[in-house]
Amino acid sequence: MNKRIKEKIAFWVFRLLSFGVLAILFSILGFIFVRGIHVISWDFITKMPEEGMTKGGIYPAIIGTLCLVAGSMLFAFPVGVLSGIYIHEYAKDGFIKRLIKLMTNNLAGIPSIVFGLFGMALFVNKLKFGDSILAGSLTLGLLALPVIIRVTEEALKAVDDSFRQGSLALGGTKLQTIGRVVLPMALPNIITGLILSIGRVAGETAPILFTVAAYFLPKLPHGIFDQVMALPYHLYVISTSGTDIKASRDMAYGTALILVLLVLILNLLSNALRKYLSKKVKMN
Amino acid sequence: MSKFFRRFFEKLIEGILMLSGTVTSLTVLLIVVFLFSEGISLFNTSPVENKNAITVNHHNPVGHLSPAQVKDIFDQKITNWKDVGGKNDSIILFTINDISNYYSEEEIGSNFEFLPEKLDKLVDSIPGLLAVFNEKYVSKNFHGTVVKIDKNNLPDFISGTQWFPTAEPVVQLGVLPLIMGTFWVSIFAILFALPVGLATAIYMAEVANEKVRNIIKPIIELLAGIPSVVYGFFGLIVIVPEIQKIFNLPVGETALAGSIVLGIMALPTIITVSEDAIRNTPRAMKEASLALGANRWQTIHRVILPYSMSGISAAAILGIGRAIGETMAVLMVTGNAAVMPHSLLQPVRTIPATIAAELGEASQGGVHYKALFALGCILFVITMLINMWVEYISNKRKFTR
Repeated sequence: MNKRIKEKIAFWVFRLLSFGVLAILFSILGFIFVRGIHVISWDFITKMPEEGMTKGGIYPAIIGTLCLVAGSMLFAFPVGVLSGIYIHEYAKDGFIKRLIKLMTNNLAGIPSIVFGLFGMALFVNKLKFGDSILAGSLTLGLLALPVIIRVTEEALKAVDDSFRQGSLALGGTKLQTIGRVVLPMALPNIITGLILSIGRVAGETAPILFTVAAYFLPKLPHGIFDQVMALPYHLYVISTSGTDIKASRDMAYGTALILVLLVLILNLLSNALRKYLSKKVKMN
Repeated sequence: MSKFFRRFFEKLIEGILMLSGTVTSLTVLLIVVFLFSEGISLFNTSPVENKNAITVNHHNPVGHLSPAQVKDIFDQKITNWKDVGGKNDSIILFTINDISNYYSEEEIGSNFEFLPEKLDKLVDSIPGLLAVFNEKYVSKNFHGTVVKIDKNNLPDFISGTQWFPTAEPVVQLGVLPLIMGTFWVSIFAILFALPVGLATAIYMAEVANEKVRNIIKPIIELLAGIPSVVYGFFGLIVIVPEIQKIFNLPVGETALAGSIVLGIMALPTIITVSEDAIRNTPRAMKEASLALGANRWQTIHRVILPYSMSGISAAAILGIGRAIGETMAVLMVTGNAAVMPHSLLQPVRTIPATIAAELGEASQGGVHYKALFALGCILFVITMLINMWVEYISNKRKFTR
């Protein structure tokens, strides 16, 4: 009897704590949603900030974040996927493969602020890009690289070896096998991972602090050497060091909600896409 | 011909793939090179800012001072020369702004052309004087002594407890309070997060049915995806005022606030990694335990937990690693006071927060700038060691299985 009661108590503790975790998440999301929802309007999304960022919208920050996401993915996605293909399909087990994997893991573990320092030292100062979209995108791209590589590897691992052998047996070369058989099958998972890494890149603040982010810049960028505002940095600025923190509180709630919605939508999108694409691949 | 072309094409693609494979290694290498070349160049430079010279009367036996001593003198904590190895004579401070107390504008000259001469006279005439002025005003036949200030060095950098990187005339670069602050916040964060995270992991892996698990799992993933600045914002608006109210503090921005926010942020890492570890327990072991009459709880805590202990410790260490490197959330809620932490209800400052807050103001190539890169090096080394440790633990697990 005693051991049954113990089991009951233990399981209830686990259950309560698990629901506690969920409660924390929902309270964060709920709080931001409730406080932010009345701030968001068409004007909020499409207007420049006004009156020391206490009024107006966050249009330039949204555009800035989009530029940074696009720029970083343009760099990180091809390199990451190619790198993942090399590690999983070409590299032979041994020292080189172990080294590459170790380095990828290490890169994933490096704190984002160190990426910021590095980006500033290399792209901004050494290569003289200045505070620019180019410098910020490359820094963010490097940050996203290990995630994309890992996702690609996992996706390739999930493709059964019999497909490879089948293609090779039919006379296909290694490249044809990968390009026509393996990659199309792995694509859904790769794209899912890509979408998730977009969410990560969009929300990062530390790497862009010194490589691109502008405190207040009410105009749109004209080229890759321009500075931009960015959503996460904007949220940081108006909640800690704006001209009038109290007055810009509403703007902060709105910005936070936009960021959360962005992540939420990307999450849902990647889940939906995974389901849709994997169905399609199966049908073929 | 086309066969040859195709083979050439295949080799070319393979080469491109191989090149991409080396990108991460190259990046790590570049990060190390840039971080350390800037960081290490801090050492053996002088901590005296703005080309100041610190001079004393030539009868004064004090030939060199440490940065900490100079600071104490300027803070009037040291007021007698005998405390720094000189004669029993009180210290008279002089900075270039005090010149009008001694000489009129005409005596100095409109272009300061007589300033070096007057400064020389001044230092020569007052035995207890400690004068600080730009080294270009040290005249050619200066009679006083230019005091040597200890150069920045690694032991002092690591063990110093004063972080005043913009202090005049000598900067104070002691990072111990920042290192301690980082560890305090991170370790208390894990103390909050580990029990809760572990319980959730056990619940998801062993207790909950598949349906509940399929609901919880994506929510946990969502928790991992929320940007850190949003967590920081939430902490700033909700947790900080609460802490201030509950503990009746002058400010709510404390180590405790940082630990709570970091704890929440570390939850997804801890939950996913330890859930994986728990799920990896061989089915045979579980079933053997159940067959011997143990119930599920006994199986969990006598068989599954001991078996997955190394995975769970990997989760905890990984969580600490994430917490140590986290920047924005901590920057927003910990109050950023660079003092040695004594209690959780005190503002502290972490290494990443220091870099984020100060790099914008530090002039490129200056002592402050280099010191922040040296901080980056420390952060890099700490997180690298933690990663290696986790790698070691999980590899060991693979071999013993």
